Amino acid sequence: MKDIFVLAEHRRGELREITLEMLSGAAGFGGTVVAILFGKSVDDFANKIAGYADKVLVVDDDMFENYNSEAYQKALSALIKEHNPGLLLMGHTGQGVDLAPALAVELGAPLVTDITALEMEGDKPKPTRQYYGGKLDAHMVPKDADLYILTVREATFQAAEPSKSGEVVKVENPVKEEIAYRKFLEYVEPEVGEVDITQSTLLVGVGRGIREDKNMPVVEELAQALGADLAASRAVVDAGWLPADRQVGISGKTVKPKLYLAVGISGAFQHVTGMKGSEVIVAINKDPDAPIFGIADYGIVDDLFKVVPKLTEKIKELKG
Amino acid sequence: MNMVVCVKRVPDTAESEVHIDASGKDIDKSKLSFGINEADNYAVEEAIQIKERLGGTVNVISVGGKDSDEQIRMALAKGGDEAIRIEDPAMAGSDGFAIAKALAAAIKGMEFDIVFTGALADDDGSAVVGVALAELLGVNHAAYVKKVEILEDGKKIKVGRELEGGLMEFLEMELPAVLTIQTGINEPRYASFKGIKQAAKKEIAIKSLSDLGLDASEVGEAGSWAVLEKFTPPVVGEMAEILTGEPEETAAKLAAILKEKGLV
Ligand SMILES: Cc1cc2nc3c(=O)[nH]c(=O)nc-3n(C[C@H](O)[C@H](O)[C@H](O)COP(=O)(O)OP(=O)(O)OC[C@H]3O[C@@H](n4cnc5c(N)ncnc54)[C@H](O)[C@@H]3O)c2cc1C
Ligand SMILES: Nc1ncnc2c1ncn2[C@@H]1O[C@H](COP(=O)(O)O)[C@@H](O)[C@H]1O
Repeated sequence: MKDIFVLAEHRRGELREITLEMLSGAAGFGGTVVAILFGKSVDDFANKIAGYADKVLVVDDDMFENYNSEAYQKALSALIKEHNPGLLLMGHTGQGVDLAPALAVELGAPLVTDITALEMEGDKPKPTRQYYGGKLDAHMVPKDADLYILTVREATFQAAEPSKSGEVVKVENPVKEEIAYRKFLEYVEPEVGEVDITQSTLLVGVGRGIREDKNMPVVEELAQALGADLAASRAVVDAGWLPADRQVGISGKTVKPKLYLAVGISGAFQHVTGMKGSEVIVAINKDPDAPIFGIADYGIVDDLFKVVPKLTEKIKELKG
Repeated sequence: MNMVVCVKRVPDTAESEVHIDASGKDIDKSKLSFGINEADNYAVEEAIQIKERLGGTVNVISVGGKDSDEQIRMALAKGGDEAIRIEDPAMAGSDGFAIAKALAAAIKGMEFDIVFTGALADDDGSAVVGVALAELLGVNHAAYVKKVEILEDGKKIKVGRELEGGLMEFLEMELPAVLTIQTGINEPRYASFKGIKQAAKKEIAIKSLSDLGLDASEVGEAGSWAVLEKFTPPVVGEMAEILTGEPEETAAKLAAILKEKGLV
């Protein structure tokens, strides 16, 4: 079997969990797992990754201090041409999404993105991904090729305990020319609002099912009765019905309250990633097939405008 | 600024049941309503706002059947200038790579500063087309863009990419470029009645593969990176315990459970 390359991802001095997940997943396929690490002064990461890989190729250079698609694409393409791996895995993250399609076009390598499961038939991957916001699984068959590229959804593989001691090999930066067309400027943190939902014990999460700004009191009253804070899906934040610091999910906050009551939220994985660690999850949604019911503990399949006011009443009664 | 916006017509499946059809590779779309892909709506708005600030043109382009004219015309009604629709039977079964090839063939001959796509399509959700298109066109790109600032000389832009946790990554790049636009970047407008009337009269240029100089083998399943073997219902863990009854009853049941768990 040909080697499996896994692109390590790190940002602002932190190795991202997806790296260890992919390395742990790749270890089960039988090939030599080679981690690719680009960065500046990243010995610590290299040593940590070595516990999960058969080999770590490190390119340490100023140009990799922060992610830059131009630098990454050139370097990866050069390393791939030199080492001929059969498979390249990277995260389906803000980084992987910005890099994988361009690299795949350049190398003529079939790419399947956002995979949620993977089987290997020899050197050929048979990945599964999702369609229609998680309502269907799609079984994909890539075209026969020397190299396949996959971007992997978070939590597709579980990060194992370190069990290897891969050799760390520093390689010379294969990119000789200047990075001229794209320049990293800075990272800017999202604004902090008045309520920190990551600290809330009880959360009512509101989604697009609320329909209009003027319906917000329906969930506000429930939250008030419960003594909960309001959180939201991205759809509600995009529409401007709640501020961005209330957004739960992959591009928002990760919350772990005692109760997460999802109202009119479909349960797209980008949302679920941010709230699946909640102790008790309840969903109210009129669509029995909404993916949110797959992770909720309790569900009510009904019109939220009928159920939520009743629920508010009952909670008030219970509280006396 | 001369701009191109790629728009896709997609079924609205967030609130409807989705049934796999007899082929096993598609869904029954007969009962679904359709609309513009959510992120594309923001991409259209971004292009129109830039045109309103700096002048230029907005060219709308879509790969799809006649029905897609509805989404194209809506973009024209909001301020788009011209439109192209790529339609060819050989496009069936195309993945993001094949779609990107068709779009690239149509865009190659145009004078453009920025091509906008959505960050991802609501149906296949691949997040492939924009960045693949950039590489095919040989221009710069940035994915998940949630802020665009055209710098003074009009030859460079500063863009903010939205990453995990809402962190923004700012970078500067030379134009031309392809930007994949993330939802929430702006407030998409509604088309005016006058705009809709004017757009109804505009011509949409229909292009086949041969018009674009593409061979059938470059698109469809043959020209794709991967083919969809079959759909299956998703593997879910343990399903929620569904509380049944009239709203009065379900609300009471839920309140009792919350009480029992010490949450009320
Ligand atoms: C890069 C990226 C990052 C993202 N990050 C996030 C993120 O951090 N957080 C996030 O939430 N999303 C995120 N998204 C968006 C995500 O993919 C979904 O689009 C979003 O979560 C959908 O929000 P929603 O569930 O409120 O809306 P929809 O998916 O439209 O669902 C609305 C739900 O309401 C139900 N409903 C409608 N009317 C009623 C009614 N009267 N009674 C009961 N139920 C009703 C419907 O059945 C449906 O299930 C991201 C997307 C991308 C591409
Ligand atoms: N058939 C199509 N016609 C025009 N643009 C498309 C088409 N398919 C995808 N796109 C564009 O590419 C973006 C990303 O789609 P995808 O890569 O499929 O997630 C969409 O938001 C559109 O802007």
